[in-house]
Amino acid sequence: MIFSEQWLREWVNPKLETRQLIDELTMAGLEVDGSSAVAHKFSGIVVGLVETVEAHPDADKLHLCNVSNGTDSFQVVCGAANVRTGLKIPFAMLGAEIHKQGEDKPFQIKKAKLRGVESNGMLCSADELGLSDSADGLLELPEDAPVGADIREYLKLDDISIELDLTPNRGDCLGIIGLAREVGVIAREDVSLPAQQEIAASISDEFAVSITAKDECPRYLGRIIRKINLNSKSPLWMQEKLRRSGLRSIDPVVDVTNFVLMELGQPMHAFDLSKLEGGIDVRLANKNEKLTLLDGKEIELSPETLVIADAKKAVAMAGIMGGLDTSVTDQTQDVFLECAFFSPLAIAGKARGYGMHTDASHRYERGVDYQLQRRAIERGTQLLLEIVGGEAGPITEAIGNLPEPVQVGLKYSSINSLLGIEIEQAEVLDILRRLGFGIANENGESLTVDVPSFRFDVSIEADLIEELARIYGYNKLPKAGGLSSQLLKSKPETVTGIGSMRQQLVALGYQEVVTYSFIDPAFAATVCPGEEFIRLQNPISAEMSVMRSSILPGLLSTLIYNENRQQERVRLFETGLVFSEKAGETRQIGMISGLISGSRLPINWTNNKEICDFYDVKGDVESLLSLGADLSTYSFSASNHGCFHSGQCARVEKAGELIGHIGALHPAIQRKLGIAANTLLFELALESIKPRLLPQAKPLSKFPEVNRDLAIVLDASTSSAAILANVRENAGDYLTNLRIFDVYQGDAVEKGKKSIALGLTWQHPSRTLSDDDINTIISSCVNGLQDKFNANLRN
Amino acid sequence: MAEPDSLLADALQAINDSSDEKSLESLRVHYLGKKGSLTAQLKNLGQLSAEQRPAAGEKINVVKRQIQAALETKKLSLVEQSLSAQLSQESIDVSLPGRRESQGGLHPITITIDRITSIFESSGYDVAEGPEIEDDYHNFEALNIPSHHPARAMHDTFYVSPGTVLRTHTSPVQVRVMEGGKPPFRMICPGRVYRCDSDITHTPMFHQVEGLLIDENVSFADLKGTVIDFLHAYFEEDMPVRFRPSYFPFTEPSAEVDMGCVSCSGKGCRICSHTGWLEVMGCGMVHPRVLEMSNIDAEKYNGFAFGMGVERLAMLRYGVGDLRTYFENDLRFLRQFR
Repeated sequence: MIFSEQWLREWVNPKLETRQLIDELTMAGLEVDGSSAVAHKFSGIVVGLVETVEAHPDADKLHLCNVSNGTDSFQVVCGAANVRTGLKIPFAMLGAEIHKQGEDKPFQIKKAKLRGVESNGMLCSADELGLSDSADGLLELPEDAPVGADIREYLKLDDISIELDLTPNRGDCLGIIGLAREVGVIAREDVSLPAQQEIAASISDEFAVSITAKDECPRYLGRIIRKINLNSKSPLWMQEKLRRSGLRSIDPVVDVTNFVLMELGQPMHAFDLSKLEGGIDVRLANKNEKLTLLDGKEIELSPETLVIADAKKAVAMAGIMGGLDTSVTDQTQDVFLECAFFSPLAIAGKARGYGMHTDASHRYERGVDYQLQRRAIERGTQLLLEIVGGEAGPITEAIGNLPEPVQVGLKYSSINSLLGIEIEQAEVLDILRRLGFGIANENGESLTVDVPSFRFDVSIEADLIEELARIYGYNKLPKAGGLSSQLLKSKPETVTGIGSMRQQLVALGYQEVVTYSFIDPAFAATVCPGEEFIRLQNPISAEMSVMRSSILPGLLSTLIYNENRQQERVRLFETGLVFSEKAGETRQIGMISGLISGSRLPINWTNNKEICDFYDVKGDVESLLSLGADLSTYSFSASNHGCFHSGQCARVEKAGELIGHIGALHPAIQRKLGIAANTLLFELALESIKPRLLPQAKPLSKFPEVNRDLAIVLDASTSSAAILANVRENAGDYLTNLRIFDVYQGDAVEKGKKSIALGLTWQHPSRTLSDDDINTIISSCVNGLQDKFNANLRN
Repeated sequence: MAEPDSLLADALQAINDSSDEKSLESLRVHYLGKKGSLTAQLKNLGQLSAEQRPAAGEKINVVKRQIQAALETKKLSLVEQSLSAQLSQESIDVSLPGRRESQGGLHPITITIDRITSIFESSGYDVAEGPEIEDDYHNFEALNIPSHHPARAMHDTFYVSPGTVLRTHTSPVQVRVMEGGKPPFRMICPGRVYRCDSDITHTPMFHQVEGLLIDENVSFADLKGTVIDFLHAYFEEDMPVRFRPSYFPFTEPSAEVDMGCVSCSGKGCRICSHTGWLEVMGCGMVHPRVLEMSNIDAEKYNGFAFGMGVERLAMLRYGVGDLRTYFENDLRFLRQFR
């Protein structure tokens, strides 16, 4: 909403400087987005009268004029095509200064010679005064403009256009009438509401109006105006007010409806009467009904769209835009003027549904005063008759189901409990009255108000209290302690917080990243082959059109982004939801995922240039998992999954449940994505790795530990997890530690075999274990390995 | 057999010439050991007359002590020499960097959310999370935004299907918490939110922290106190804070919160568009209809809610100029937050 400060001040003129007015509006909840001067800065320009015009002796396109400033006459050379005797124009006299916006210095009018003829001043176009972007010759002033008057004063150019960013509840402020009311309350200043006119009909012609959609159209007023003269132009004052409201002057009929829109916030529409057939009916669109709109677009109307129709066809999309076929053209002689109230629910969302947004739909969907239509059509008629002449018929009014008047109660004590402050009862009543609320009754403890017909946003007590707070001033309201809790809170110790997991990875050199939840389907298909993705219906772009089913595509594209920026060693992690659909159900699961690539450690002078491999990422994952449950509750087994290398991928399980994968990136995918460095990845379900046991201390044994090493040779394909499980089965109850300390494959063992060296530790709680004890256990371990894996002791 | 005097002279010479602890030890054995030459002399004392014995014995003992002392001194000096040789041999360039894993780091969004969270947790707020693919009811209807509400135009919504959206704010988590529990509530919900909008000042995904307090006798003054104290705590600065009336369908009264620009102390600069104020959050008293829809007795309970943009707070605190850099994840950018 853009409006002119001067126009507002015609209705209410508080003793506030412009700057203060802007601040007060913002602080009352009508946020000012910006403001701009309505004209260039200039001085020394007056209303001039062109007394004579002669041709320039030496130039075809120049004229020699005598221009009066009311006291003296000046010879001025002028090149404008529309200069003519008797014309009144802005006359920049010698010494005048024009300072255009955006230019460093003012431009001064000096005595000059144009093609040998002296010129004493300049006749100005609208463009030169900053009233327009393009100039079509001299700015023609009205015939009654007082010669010699200062142009700034005459055109009230010491004005600014103020742009408001109104919240959707304040449809009532989308017109000068509402803004004036608001400013009147803020400044406690009375508003001079112009008296409502009544234009007596000079002809008796009426056009029938009926309402079929009574809920959607509670009120419809129409009136015929015959014999209008569309060759006339809107007066300069009206063009200026429209311009300062961000609207272009089109023709007198459009200008008048726009003027009423800006002044009263009431949209109006004019039809060419000769194109209407039968009578007006306001109804919902018929099936497959089409309408070509003013902007030339043909629309197939949906059945819930409210239309204005004549006997034969839809002629306008109600409250949104008129139709082309019945629009006013320069041939039009008789018009049918419409001024209606459409219910907000009937219009809300409709324009958006057609990809449209108009000044009318903007107002109707927020709510237009349903008592305003008569005032508006009279105002429109009066202005039209003034500008284009003609004969007005009587107003025809049809009524549908008007909104029920709303009453809201307010207890004075509620003000204090909601705001934390008492507001004087007299002030409460004054604020509410100025805002247009009627006081239906008041008894010293509570009151009931009639909500004015222009406020669609007030229906409960809290709404009234907000109004009071707004006008009283939010910043005068007190600040209290904020009610912090007195209760001590506990955090479960049996859950690993995501913060510790993040810190663990950070300590391991990982950088956290945040990537988009929607990703490129082509990239995702490469990284997660065969997966189905949840698609967005209205993505921002094709590259961001599916929801991620894994964080790994995001990590890989981050790797590529950084490899392209010469980052050679990359360690990344991210936590967040991944999305999938199973059997019609949307699944949103928290994941923690990581990626490492490049050297095992940062390159430095110790010359450790080894490249990271599977066991690096596995070690990091083990560190992460160790924060929660004991590592022995997890198992890692060979897997062939998604984007992983088929020989270097493990599924991670916890108590038989799959909780994630780790592994090397598949070399084919690595090549396809153009990733240079060896890359390892992991992805784990967050919730599964959070639980941990509360530590329970056990007494320590006083007896010595016994250590034994065992080296065996067996098939290279035997997994170490299986070997350890087998040893554990046979190593007795007092085994306290079992570890693999060497794995060897090479010349010293048979081809296809490997040698594994195991370290075992025992400790008995209540005695020293003897050599015999241990020898028995060891031989049972060896037997077990022989039986299960055909393993031999290594010599 | 040599006289003690000449023996002493030889011994002292030999001790002096010895260059390591091992040869020094063999000298000790040679002179003072059980079969050493001085020991032999002591043994020979018996061959002397009773008159001669004390003097001769005394002489031998003096020599013995002198040799012992010389051995001791030499040993100390040899130990010292070898230590100092070891130290000088083992000395290194201490200015070379240490051997270690590199330092990882958290994303500034996480750092900011953690900071906000810890401030509210210290006041007894719980942290709640919710789904990001959300149904229309929780994202809009339950927050008093029916389907044709003009406020929906303010939320450029991503649709997954006609009744399913990517949540446009973290407010639906409020609803889920209220539906699933009993008042009083004190909670914040941080998380990702989505709007179908992408330009210099908008990314289609960003983060919010929503706060909710529901209890008996809560007033706008409590809301003001909470918001002002939070901003002062977060920025570690007591800048001015102002409340402007605004509109959110789920709060009444509603306010926008501006704080004095932390970059120019309110004098006006590029960051605050020369107004001296920065818009940092929206807030208000929870609309009774929202409470009722979540089955909370709006006669007994009321409360406030507030919501802030995490990227915005991080930008102001850490001087990040361009919103989009958060999601480019350029390691050179992210490493600045270690």
